Amino acid sequence: MTTPVIQVTHAAVGYDSRTVLRDVSLTVTAGEVVAVLGANGSGKSTLIRAVLGLVPLGAGSVTLFGAPQRRFRQWHRIGYVPQRLGAGSGVPATVSEVVASGRLARRGVLRPAGRADREAVAAALDAVGLADRAADPVATLSGGQQQRTLIARALAGRPELLVLDEPTAGVDMASQEAFARALHGFVDHGGTVLLVAHELGPLRPLISRAVVVHQGGICHDGAVPEPAGHHAEPGHDHVHPHCDEEPAGLWSS
Amino acid sequence: MDLFQYDFMLRALVGALVIGLAAPALGIYLVQRRLALIGDGIGHVALTGVGAGLLLNRSPVLVAVLAATAGAIVIELVRARGRTSGDLALALLFYGGIAGGVLLVGLSDASSASLNAYLFGSLITTSRGDLVTILLLGLAVLVAMVALRPALFAVCHDEEYARVSGLPVRALNLLLAVTTAVTVTIAMRSVGVLLISALMVVPVATAQQVTRGFASTMAAAMTLGLFAAGAGVAVAAGADTPPGASVVLLAIASFLVVALVAAGWRAVRRRSRPAATPVTEAFAEPPEHEVALP
Repeated sequence: MTTPVIQVTHAAVGYDSRTVLRDVSLTVTAGEVVAVLGANGSGKSTLIRAVLGLVPLGAGSVTLFGAPQRRFRQWHRIGYVPQRLGAGSGVPATVSEVVASGRLARRGVLRPAGRADREAVAAALDAVGLADRAADPVATLSGGQQQRTLIARALAGRPELLVLDEPTAGVDMASQEAFARALHGFVDHGGTVLLVAHELGPLRPLISRAVVVHQGGICHDGAVPEPAGHHAEPGHDHVHPHCDEEPAGLWSS
Repeated sequence: MDLFQYDFMLRALVGALVIGLAAPALGIYLVQRRLALIGDGIGHVALTGVGAGLLLNRSPVLVAVLAATAGAIVIELVRARGRTSGDLALALLFYGGIAGGVLLVGLSDASSASLNAYLFGSLITTSRGDLVTILLLGLAVLVAMVALRPALFAVCHDEEYARVSGLPVRALNLLLAVTTAVTVTIAMRSVGVLLISALMVVPVATAQQVTRGFASTMAAAMTLGLFAAGAGVAVAAGADTPPGASVVLLAIASFLVVALVAAGWRAVRRRSRPAATPVTEAFAEPPEHEVALP
């Protein structure tokens, strides 16, 4: 078997005295598209932040591409898409300036941007359908377009693994579909994806595996859960887990 | 402009022009990460260095560079820890710095006039040695801020993303802190430690009212800083006032002019294009029934 892209082993995370994740193990192999689902506060965002080393582990270990997380240096292999754009106001920045940040992991701090960098930025903007907004200030974009900017930033580094934190939360339908198309392209070229989601929406056909986080632990790891009850009504694609209530057969794994 | 036939006036002018370029080039990063007032705090700490330099009969500019750099590193470490007490720690450092400075200057033989010169700048105190220090350090600040723009932009724009990109975030943050300290201290001859912070922040605030991108904001702010510094020194030379005051007042005047013109321009455009579509439509989560199944 090849080296897993992400391997989380018995990980625990706590903020101050509050435990957020306890004894979580998760393996993601190359080419998988894994959705981490769960209610607000279940610890699903903390799980991916721990994978990236943005929150320290209390116990257990994380390896990325076979290397222990603390000693991992090949950051160009990972594209991270945070939940939202950091500084909302402040100094203006154009869409292409933000996306160009995605090249730094490949280029390093000192080397100035070259032609390959500019081409990768243009290709990434094209992939999310924002090529015509490249010179506009990000602050003038809609929430969905800002989210697509962040995805373009991650794609610009030509990563092998995309890690996305609620990429479609509060995003208009056009942007969700543009985002799903961009992700499709990425997966078709052999990319691996770990994403946190509250609702899958147009992403659903892409997901190869779902992990459901409930109260700091993983309570389901397998097929994407089918919406049940009123959640199965047309127009509702609410797939956060109801681990305790749902009949076992519905998990169909 | 006959005044500039004197060497000391020329030195003051050249020193101010270097600061006028370097201060906004650094300030844009401080504004972006909402640390607009950090330069002011480091200026307070630098004053203790000035006092120590005067008391020890060493170059006040060099001792101030050391004191301010040490202070800036402490401030950055406190900030990076992200504890709520950081605010208080900064206040202690700021007021301790200025009190220590006033005390040490008082203990030395220096007059209160020379204290004023450090606080608000002076046209006659830039020595040949000072000018060399200002030119070398100012150039270093400029090169670092321009050459590292992509990395510094990434760190100030989204620190977590910069960490996941493998950037040396802590080193870049320390670089910004140290650069702030250096800029404050080399500016104290011409603009003064209490007013230099304005030259870091005000040109950026002026520029970002009309610019669309980060690089263009930086270029415009540096141009504005250069203009304010040059014109401010000329005004001070004519009126025989501390140059720091006229430099900062000119910078603020250009802010007001640009703000008024930009507001007028926006109003005209709005009138000529009625019922324009709002640009931000989708910050709220769409209502459930609008989320279609694939």
